[in-house]
Amino acid sequence: MESIAEKKSYQVNDRGYYGTFGGAFIPEMLYPNVEELRENYLQVLADPSFQKEFNDLLRHYVGRPTPLYRANRLSEKYKTNIFLKREDLCHTGAHKVNNTIGQILMAQRLGKKRIVAETGAGQHGVATATVCALMNLECIVYMGEVDIERQAPNVARMKMLGAEVRPATCGSRTLKDATNDAMRHWINNPVDTHYIIGSVVGPHPYPDMVARFQSVISEEIRYQLKEHIGKETPDYVVACVGGGSNAAGTFYHYLDEESVKLVAVEAAGLGLTSGHSAATTALGKPGVLHGSRTILMQTEDGQVVEPFSISAGLDYPGIGPQHAWLYASGRGTFLSATDDEAVRAAFELTRLEGIIPALESSHALAVLGRLGASENETVVLTLSGRGDKDMGTYMKYID
Amino acid sequence: MNRIVSLFQNFNKNVAGESGAGLLNVYFTAGFPELNDTTRVLKALQDGGADLVEIGMPYSDPVADGETIQQSNDRALENGMSVRILFDQLQHMRETINVPVLLMGYLNPVVQFGIEAFCAKCAEVGVDGLILPDMPMDVYLDEYKSIFDAHGLLNIFLVTPQTSEARIRQIDEVSEGFIYTVSSASVTGSKSGVSGDMEAYFEKLDAMNLRNPRLIGFGIKDHDTFAKASSHAAGAIIGSAFIRVLQQSTDLENDIKAFVREVKNSSEAIPA
Repeated sequence: MESIAEKKSYQVNDRGYYGTFGGAFIPEMLYPNVEELRENYLQVLADPSFQKEFNDLLRHYVGRPTPLYRANRLSEKYKTNIFLKREDLCHTGAHKVNNTIGQILMAQRLGKKRIVAETGAGQHGVATATVCALMNLECIVYMGEVDIERQAPNVARMKMLGAEVRPATCGSRTLKDATNDAMRHWINNPVDTHYIIGSVVGPHPYPDMVARFQSVISEEIRYQLKEHIGKETPDYVVACVGGGSNAAGTFYHYLDEESVKLVAVEAAGLGLTSGHSAATTALGKPGVLHGSRTILMQTEDGQVVEPFSISAGLDYPGIGPQHAWLYASGRGTFLSATDDEAVRAAFELTRLEGIIPALESSHALAVLGRLGASENETVVLTLSGRGDKDMGTYMKYID
Repeated sequence: MNRIVSLFQNFNKNVAGESGAGLLNVYFTAGFPELNDTTRVLKALQDGGADLVEIGMPYSDPVADGETIQQSNDRALENGMSVRILFDQLQHMRETINVPVLLMGYLNPVVQFGIEAFCAKCAEVGVDGLILPDMPMDVYLDEYKSIFDAHGLLNIFLVTPQTSEARIRQIDEVSEGFIYTVSSASVTGSKSGVSGDMEAYFEKLDAMNLRNPRLIGFGIKDHDTFAKASSHAAGAIIGSAFIRVLQQSTDLENDIKAFVREVKNSSEAIPA
């Protein structure tokens, strides 16, 4: 992370904003917790002993660097050069662990005794429960009741790891409600608890801190791509976006290289106009959600809309403030894929490359044919997680 | 003069509070239990003796609130409540309501209505102040304060047991009306009572000699807790406990009046 360039226009400014998005829109009850983090996070991150512990764990525990794999048969099909960044090979099965390793080390340095987290698909919950087991900290994970039903294997993993899984029973009973409940828990336990947010959302400094922990993805892509094709910059980088943490990590070291197109793929659910969608930029407007000014799906009266996606990890009505700024500034291209398109893309990758992707990552795969990438161009797509947890859904399509 | 400011100026605790009781601020959710109950509840609160009333604008994601208030928010939204409808309901409020009225809610619905339009509407119907817990102080000062001021609206800030002394001073500096003193580290309705820890915190605040009076909220549910909180501040705020009264009520007017009277005046029944 020392290689981060000093001056980046798409990075957070000293007031916690990305353009007009970001900030810390939190009740006073959370102010001391968030302020403590804001005052300390950059200093902790810059500490060589923190860096060493973080990098050692990423290497020896998570299994980094993850491969950058040239998907030959997929490339042939789409007549371009496709590289897959294999975050699905991380310990616990997704990129989420990059962030939880970083945040648990942060929590230790801030003297916290207990961890609270929210989870959608369960990947962040598993990654959090994992590092809590590793570091012997108490772990409470809030998860929407609906998600608990559709992600049973991950619920079992969290419990085996020693975490307490608490159902979020209000509202849509999915990720946004789990996030509300985790924030409430933090309000009720302000002194000894650290809240490990799983994505680049929430009040400043969370979006920036999580993006920095995930930036290892593009840090590796750069040197790995150079080994493959002789240069560090592809023409396209592609990632799915729910809150947007794997996309933030994938884009991080390319933000200021305008020759690299940043492609974010949202979940369209049953279709953009179906009323059952989670495509935030297509359907949302600027507003305030979970502590930051961002783009969110909402009614005319400013009530948050309950999103819909086959993928629990993308079933979120907002996006991180940095993504909102990439969208509003035109730096990023935001596409969407429906449930069906994602499932088709998952089967295609499985049959062409022998890799079963997570439903979330399948949304990114689903736009490969729409990029317009030529045979001389290079596409790097982040395969954020593996599909084991989604077998129940995939099995329904095996006929 | 703003009704909140004059209420506190005219409030003489030694006269008003023979039982040690101070000013009572009651929170309720607009459009709850039924869509058109807003003004009925408001009037009954005034008639029962509430000194200020805080009308909650329901929101889908009220993170600072506990289960009881969230449920009332969900119900109000199901009833079709919105900021627009609330202003319609409050259009003729000042023909019958004399007590100060505050609107409490989350920032997003206000931003979507438009800050300028929202404040203009508040002034038009006779709202005196706003409580928007997720509005940061710097955003208020930089972007909204001049608009609030132009429409004679006070912004009420919160302090909690975790708020540093320096920040309490800063909040006192930019506050007008009163400071909302959150009694414990919690969301609304999750803890009840006034503990020894809380009393130490209230005494610390008292000793700071702030320019603004304080109302204590969170965990206030009956005469006992109200009187105890009032002995450490100008008064107290009841929210979740009142929502529970509304949930169970079969006769809104009478139940509301009885509840408010009991909270304020039941001292005779309780040995000193």
